[in-house]
This record gives sequence, C-alpha cells and structure tokens, in this order.
Amino acid sequence: MKRARPERPLRRRSAATRMLRPSFGTRVGSYFIGNAQVLLASLGRLYRTPLTSLMTAAVIGIALALPLGLYVTLQNFQNVSSGWDGAAQISVFLKMDVNDARAGALAKKVRGLPEVADVRLLTHEQALDEFQDLSGFGDALKVLPSNPLPAVLIVRPAAKHSNPASVRKLVEQLRKLPETDQAKLDMMWVKRLYTMMQIAQRAVLVIAALLAMAVLLIIGNTIRLDIQNRRDEIIITKLIGATNSFIRRPFLYSGLWYGLLGGVIGWLLVAIALSLVDAPVRRLAGLYGSNFVLNSLDAQTVLGLLLFSTLLGLAGSWLAVGRHLSAIEPT
Amino acid sequence: MIRFNNVSKRYPEGFEALSGVTLHIEPGEMVFLTGHSGAGKSTLLKLISLIERPSRGQALIDNVNLATVRSGRIPYLRRRVGVIFQDHRLLRDRTVFDNVALPLVIAGYRHQEIGRRVRAALDKVNLLNKERQFPITLSGGEQQRVGIARAVVNKPPLVLADEPTGNLDPELSREIMLLFEQFNQVGVTILIASHDLDLISRMNHRTLTLKQGRLLADQRPLPAGTSA
Repeated sequence: MKRARPERPLRRRSAATRMLRPSFGTRVGSYFIGNAQVLLASLGRLYRTPLTSLMTAAVIGIALALPLGLYVTLQNFQNVSSGWDGAAQISVFLKMDVNDARAGALAKKVRGLPEVADVRLLTHEQALDEFQDLSGFGDALKVLPSNPLPAVLIVRPAAKHSNPASVRKLVEQLRKLPETDQAKLDMMWVKRLYTMMQIAQRAVLVIAALLAMAVLLIIGNTIRLDIQNRRDEIIITKLIGATNSFIRRPFLYSGLWYGLLGGVIGWLLVAIALSLVDAPVRRLAGLYGSNFVLNSLDAQTVLGLLLFSTLLGLAGSWLAVGRHLSAIEPT
Repeated sequence: MIRFNNVSKRYPEGFEALSGVTLHIEPGEMVFLTGHSGAGKSTLLKLISLIERPSRGQALIDNVNLATVRSGRIPYLRRRVGVIFQDHRLLRDRTVFDNVALPLVIAGYRHQEIGRRVRAALDKVNLLNKERQFPITLSGGEQQRVGIARAVVNKPPLVLADEPTGNLDPELSREIMLLFEQFNQVGVTILIASHDLDLISRMNHRTLTLKQGRLLADQRPLPAGTSA
C-alpha cells in the first residue's frame, strides 16, 4: 500500500483487488497444478487414516460387488444358453409306412438344404431303443406285437437361420414333405428361459440402482463427517480469503478417491469370487461334456465399474459439500 | 483506508454492539483500538474482516462499501486484510511453512514464489529455523509470530490484530508490538485491538477508545520526545 494512493471511488471489480493478485496466466497455470496437488493431498489424507478410509472403501466395494457379481453371473449364463436357441431342434416324425431306407434318403436330402446344419436319423428300431431307455416303459412295449414308433429326423437349423422366423419357415417346409407325418418345433422352453433372464437382468439393474444410491449416501455421510471434523480449518481458510470452490475441492477429491477405491475393492471381490467358483464350474461343465469356461471380468466391464464408482463418489461428496459447507461461516 | 460513517451493528437478538461510530483511518496509519470487553472492539474488527455486516451507516474499506458487497467477492476482499487472532488459529496438522503459505496457496501463487515469500515472512518474524515444525511444538509467542507471518505474507495493505498479546508476558508483547511497528514503517495500515493500556500508552500511537458501542475517544500520538 502506497501512501500516495489517490482516493477515488473504485469500480466494483476494484483495481486494488486485482493489483495484489497474481496474473491471470499464473492463476490459470497454478489452478491446474493446484488441483493436482489437492488431488494428491486428498489421497494422502485418506492414507493417514488407513483403517477408517479402508473401511469406508470396503463398504462401497461390497455394495458395488453385489450387482457386479450378479451381472457377471448373468452374463455367463447367457453365454451358456446363447447356443440354445440355435439348438432348437425340429423333430420330423415320418409316416409309419416310410421304411428305414427311404428315411435315410430323405435325411440326406434334408441335410442338403441350406437352412439345415445337421440331420440325425432315428430309425424305427433306434426310436424304440431310445424310448425304452428313456421312458421306463420298455417292458410295456415288449408286449406290443409291432413297433409303434415312427422313424424320426432330428433337424438342427443352421446357425445363420436360427432366428425364429426362418426356423418357422423351415418347419413349414419340412411339414410339406410327403413322408412327413408331423414336424414339431419345441422352442417354448427357450423362450421362457429368455424371458426369465430378462427379468433377472431387470432385477440386477434395480439392485444396482439401489446399491448405487446406498454408495451415494455412504460417501455423502463420510464427507459430511469429514467436513465436521475439519470445521475449524474451514473457518480459518475462509477468514484468510478462501473461495467456496477452494474449500470444496479437497472434499470433492476425497469423494472421488473413495469411489475409485471402492470400485477397485468391488472389482477384487468379484474377481476373487469368480476364481473361487471357477474350478467347480469347470468340473460341472466337464460332467456335461462341455468345454464351457467361466468368463471373468473383461477390461471394458472393469473400466466401466471404476468410472461409475468414481463418478458416484464425486456425486456423493458433491451432495454433502453443497449441503454442509455453506452452513459453516466464521463468526 | 477505513472510513466509518455513523455505523451501527445490531445483532438479531437486539443487542446493539456498535452505535453510531464514525472514524477514519488513513492508509499507513498504526492505530490501537481499546475498551473493556463488550465495548465493541471485536464487532468492529468483524465488520472490517467481513464476518459481520453493518446494520446501519456506511462502512468503507478502500472505498468498497461493506454493506453492499456481494458475498462472492468477500474472499477476494479478505485477502487484502491480514488478520491476527488472539488464539492464533493455526492449522494444527500442518507445518509452520504450510500455515504461512496458506494465503498464497489460496490466492494461487506459483510454487517457487510461495517458497520465496513464506521464507521472507518467516525471516521477518524470526522463525526461519522452525518452518518444518508443527504449531503445537511452538511456544505461545512463537505461534503468535507464525500467525503474524501468515497475516502479512500476502502483503495486504491492511492488517488487523485482535488482542495479539492477550496471552503473552510483557517482554514478548513488546516484541510483537515492535514487529507491528516494523510492518507499519513499510506502509502497512495496522489496527490493533487490545486492552493492554499499559503497553498502548508506551507505544505512542493513535488510540481509539470504545465504550458500550460508542467511540469515546480518539487520541492522536503526542509529538516526538514527549513519549514515555
């Protein structure tokens, strides 16, 4: 302050205020450096109370792991079952008077259709054997004078033509063959399964939304406590001329860190759970003669999770900061 | 620097802490503010540091009207007023260096500039060797000097001190006051609230006396040579 300063009225954004502040360029540059410093300082603050921070992050992690785990399970189930609608088989029951030789020729013909992946022929005898094996009525059949079962073609549509409309068209085509008595497509159970999976997907979404809200509240509450614990510090910095955004920043960054750490913990929990069930699932798949392998978390899912949890953390702290920081004013 | 025109401050509970105070402090002055507790010293300082707003009258700091200034501008105005508190108000979990650096960090100074200015301020209050320590390890007088360094590090044109020697023995109080005189000599306007009449009379500066919210006396310093 110079004594010779002329005392003239200043405009609202007073020149005097500007005179003592660093230049605009300096401020912009140090804004980013300052932000990076505060970002690290917030992490350091969490590190200084490792148990408390870890517990908060763990609660967030568990809350995130639950929907994530369900999501991965569902995804794997979809992988298992995604072959199933392609595997919708068409059973073509041939007329009783079609003998095995004619049935064999027909099977060859049907196999030649572009819509068909594979045809398996069950001759009269084979059909009888299979029925005896599976039905438990074997002895009753022996009483009958002749084999009552027709030859059957089991037709598997080609993968390209496995959508419901093409399959239905194929069924019509097979039904029109002169040898055909009946052609049956049983897709109802696949449809039911898919509907159930859609419901499950919706349920996972609802659970995820609820738990996301829980995470929001957990972080909000943690930040609120943090604000209360640092009440004196907030008042002092306000007295020294800190703007609200300056005071807000470390709390927002703490929320961000909580979210990110919670996301990492959630990821680890799900990864551990997956590795625990991996061996039994392999064994089960082996029993079914399948080489199904449990899908673990892919990079995209993990990145999505971390991004989402970080944003949740930021949002949670934003809510707390907005509500509680303005209430603290020096008196 | 500070111009009060018939300023009153009435708290919502109805208590009138200041009534009709008119005063003018020129840039570069060093002024003591005295009076019994409850006389309105703290309220006056709170008005100047924008913790409270006047209920009536016109209060100007550097020609900025304190009654009408937008709350978004308050932080920027506070940066132009260095405040020293009786209870120091240091951040316990930060080192002396970081405490003094705070106003510069808030104002967005560059890292090197902060280091330079903080060391200069600590040098002035003779605490350069304690910059890595935490305030709790310092004596009361040292903590107060940290508070002073923090108040002046940003080179504010105006420094307020609320009972800066309240908890200190006479020897330390004297040292602190000499520090203020040094800052005053380089042009900083200084307003010190204190009830230590003994010390004030020995310092020989302009003294404002408040009583029950009114300005009772405005004593100018005696000419040189007649002071105690």
